[in-house]
Amino acid sequence: MPFIPHTTEDTAAMLGAIGAHTIEDLFDEIPAALRVDGLAAVPVGLSEAAVTRLMRERAARNRATLCFLGAGAYEHHIPAAVWEIATRGEFYSAYTPYQAEASQGTLQLIYEYQSMLAGLTGLEVSNASLYDGATAFAEACLMAVRCARQARARRIAVPRYINPVWLKVARALVAGQDIELVEMAATAGRTDLDALADLDGQEFAAVCIPYPNFLGGFEPVDELTNWAHARGMLVIAACNPTALALLKPPGDWGEKGADIACGEGQPLGIPLSSGGPYFGFLTCRKALVRQMPGRLVGGTLDVDGRPGFTLTLQAREQHIRRSKATSNICTNQGLMVTAATIYLSLVGSEGLRRVAAQCHANTRDLVAALCSVGGVTAPPGPFFHEAVLTLPRPVAPVLQQLAAAGILGGYDLSADFPELGSAVLVCATELRIAEDIAAYRLALAGVLGVAVAA
Amino acid sequence: MSNVPKQLQYTVEHEWVRREDDGTVVIGITDHAQQQLGELVYVELPEVGRALKPGEAMAVVESTKAASDVYAPLAGAVRAVNPALTAEPELVNTDPYGAGWLVRLQAADSQLTGLLDASAYTALLDAAD
Amino acid sequence: MREPLIFDQGRPGRRAPSQAPAVAAGTDDLPAGLIRRTPPPLPEVSELQVVRHFTRLSQLNFSIDTHFYPLGSCTMKYNPRAANKLAMLPGFLDRHPLEPEAHAQGFLECLFDLQEMLKAATGMSGVSLTPMAGAQGEFAGVAMIRAYHRARGDTARDQIIVPDAAHGTNPATATMCGCAVVEIPTGPDGDVDLAALRQVVGPRTAGIMLTNPSTLGVFERRIAEIAEVVHGAGGLLYYDGANLNAILGRTLPAAMGFDVVHINLHKTFSTPHGGGGPGAGIVAVNDRLEPFLPIPIVGRRDGAAGHEYRWLAEAERPKSIGRLSGFMGNAGILLRAYVYMRLLGAEGMRRVSGYATLNANYLMKRLADAGFAPAFPRRRASHEFIISLKDVTRDTGVSAMDFAKALLDKGFHAPTTYFPMLVPECLLIEPTESEARQELDAFAQALIDIRDLAFKDAAAVKSAPLTLPVRRLDEVRAARQLDLTWQSRADSPPVRLP
Repeated sequence: MPFIPHTTEDTAAMLGAIGAHTIEDLFDEIPAALRVDGLAAVPVGLSEAAVTRLMRERAARNRATLCFLGAGAYEHHIPAAVWEIATRGEFYSAYTPYQAEASQGTLQLIYEYQSMLAGLTGLEVSNASLYDGATAFAEACLMAVRCARQARARRIAVPRYINPVWLKVARALVAGQDIELVEMAATAGRTDLDALADLDGQEFAAVCIPYPNFLGGFEPVDELTNWAHARGMLVIAACNPTALALLKPPGDWGEKGADIACGEGQPLGIPLSSGGPYFGFLTCRKALVRQMPGRLVGGTLDVDGRPGFTLTLQAREQHIRRSKATSNICTNQGLMVTAATIYLSLVGSEGLRRVAAQCHANTRDLVAALCSVGGVTAPPGPFFHEAVLTLPRPVAPVLQQLAAAGILGGYDLSADFPELGSAVLVCATELRIAEDIAAYRLALAGVLGVAVAA
Repeated sequence: MSNVPKQLQYTVEHEWVRREDDGTVVIGITDHAQQQLGELVYVELPEVGRALKPGEAMAVVESTKAASDVYAPLAGAVRAVNPALTAEPELVNTDPYGAGWLVRLQAADSQLTGLLDASAYTALLDAAD
Repeated sequence: MREPLIFDQGRPGRRAPSQAPAVAAGTDDLPAGLIRRTPPPLPEVSELQVVRHFTRLSQLNFSIDTHFYPLGSCTMKYNPRAANKLAMLPGFLDRHPLEPEAHAQGFLECLFDLQEMLKAATGMSGVSLTPMAGAQGEFAGVAMIRAYHRARGDTARDQIIVPDAAHGTNPATATMCGCAVVEIPTGPDGDVDLAALRQVVGPRTAGIMLTNPSTLGVFERRIAEIAEVVHGAGGLLYYDGANLNAILGRTLPAAMGFDVVHINLHKTFSTPHGGGGPGAGIVAVNDRLEPFLPIPIVGRRDGAAGHEYRWLAEAERPKSIGRLSGFMGNAGILLRAYVYMRLLGAEGMRRVSGYATLNANYLMKRLADAGFAPAFPRRRASHEFIISLKDVTRDTGVSAMDFAKALLDKGFHAPTTYFPMLVPECLLIEPTESEARQELDAFAQALIDIRDLAFKDAAAVKSAPLTLPVRRLDEVRAARQLDLTWQSRADSPPVRLP
């Protein structure tokens, strides 16, 4: 009996102590009409060897490809130590740290994580994680509306070139609370500052500024921050965390800095994993901390005056505040936070800066290489580690043929942003070496039927 | 056992009410309420000028184990909130009827109706035990 | 035994050079005004220091791998290592979520199979794997119920009924969906008060959220009547699957009358708790709610070479409540649950509920015989049960919290305390099917010993824990003098909020 330690003697003795004859007797409170004999549609159990064989066969059907695709999930080097330590049983099989004295490992780790994310974003406090970047963005919008307090301002201004899936997720999550996400007009791949006047006369709780934006480029962060603050709006930054080691953090935007920062934490030591689990991060100015959803770990002292850590401000959370909680979130993404904290400790600020710089340099090289293929053009930068390329043909079949040749060429932008034409979003992280770029260039030339010098 | 000063009036939600000579009304939470909550860590107070309806949630008192709403016992506009509570929320525990006051309202109606006197409130507490 | 903060162990310029590019690439083409001027405050430590620090931190934790962990409502069963190893096979782990479906057939087949097995376990006809935790599953469930009513043209239904013993996520979720919460009381025998329910249902009822067995650890015997009352008033039934471990393979939420179910894969299907997640809160629905399932879901059709698996999203599911995640949920967690279910098989799943219930009833009997007070002594325990320590507290001043801390000193993680809030000084105890009899006997003995000590020397119990890295922590200080980051300490001693 897999994972059941009971011997027949154990079972008999325990039933005897209870005063029941069989295990089935213990279910006598379930009305007979509701009982089933078993789960016919579920297959028979397998040994670990058999399941291993099955899973290996299925994993092998997933072809390995050379990855030039980002669009919200990025392939970075993950030091071997990260997952060896994160999957230690003491981290892997621990619960939420409600009994603080028995969970100082997890609690101190989260405190260190909070410190790192707050510092990375240039803001003062961080929570212990949310589910992913898309939901963190949604929660940031809800938080901004709570902070704004005026009943009228249930609106968030959002640039056109934000991750389209994040926008869908946010709309699905805020729909029940009458909150509207309003798109801002764009020009040349970013928000059109001249069109901001069109929004006059409408009340907004906040503006959300992606950094970089979905096209890999930069919104006018300082101007937008000052514009928003002048109108009494909060500023939400939705950032790539790797980029923050190289670029000015949201806390330094404009005159007063952003108020809330959120984003997808996957680039920090989390493998691509077919889409999850990842984690969302959320940081903010100290004055807004009571409106921040999710868990918070704080430092304190024990009765002997020894320093320690505990969950704090729990009164905001569902298990105490119930219907008035800041969010319904309970379980978050603890194991991923563990990995990210170890990752950030290993790369450090100089290492992360070099990773970011290399991503940028490689993408620059990628764009140059691919633009040397006839018919391929790129709008002018600047960009961080993703860029838009325009192809002489529709994108989808090109990407399909590249995939057949073992290359994940990028993300087809033409469905979400038809004004960009036959546009593809390409990405090169620090892992893409010159040979990889050369291979892509050659393959693209082949697919487009264009000759290139080798 | 909790302290129930005779000269005040009370609500079933464990608030106390004191009418002032200038027509304003001062509100706080009772000794029983602060005992139930435990040491307060934070008090959220309404904006000055806000108009409240009777029964409307106007403040939140937060301890490590609970965050409870405090309700307006009558209609009125917020004239003042206790500034000392930002730095010292524990005043509500140590002096709930004095230095731990929460809100001062300009009552819309000069009559204070629907409130309990001290003996009625005490009876309520005894019945709950 | 203290481990300093990692920041305090660093020295300026110290690094782990092999973990980043050897040369810093130039970035002159980036706008000067966007370049970061001061480096972020990350630790400056060597690789060995990192490994040692986090290894030592792990050793400060209790975990299932090291301690009996009878947390009620959390199902702390063994997390099979095979699930971790196989979910992390390179073919799954290195795959970008947006890779073409043709290259992902193995992965998609695992997810499709998982959908089918979850339908079987619940008796439902549709499943979405995307919600990333129980709370998100609840959100999906309530959102689907609202969408269903709106689609029928019934916009008046904005109330969700919740028992007073419900988990806090239930009312919090109702609010997030723009609903008002209506609470109904629980009767003395642990069942929901049917008369009270009849009073509150009506044209504004969107639905009711229930767990069965309930959070009180007992089976809701009149569930069929409850379903009739709610359906009769035009509302739907939502099943919070937190306690599915008690009834897996024995009864089906569909048979009980539920329209939508969420299951916590990190409870019943043994995916790791990870210090607070990640989880997965899949939702299963009957035909009424099937069109509204969150997307994407895995579809299958017969192709030239056999089964073909694909994602069904906006185009195929126009009535869906939408997407709940950036990609498709916690894929790696879903794979772990899949491995576990394949290891168990149908008969293994039925054994889970059988032995979980055996363990709970046995432990409850041992404790009752030793003089402890089960909250519902005349009822069968489900997979968990409550004992109330209020008499001990009255006689000695020693509380449920004190018992919990004393258990830590004896090498057991405490059960859930003070939930559900209805039972004073309660311990909610869930042993799970993973534990052997000797573990349960040792735990019972530990509680007996603590109670004896409470009567002899209450102060000794109240001073627990004594043997852990820290003693009891000042939570008031933690909330009043917020110290949430290392860099805030550098400025000054922790200060109060302005």
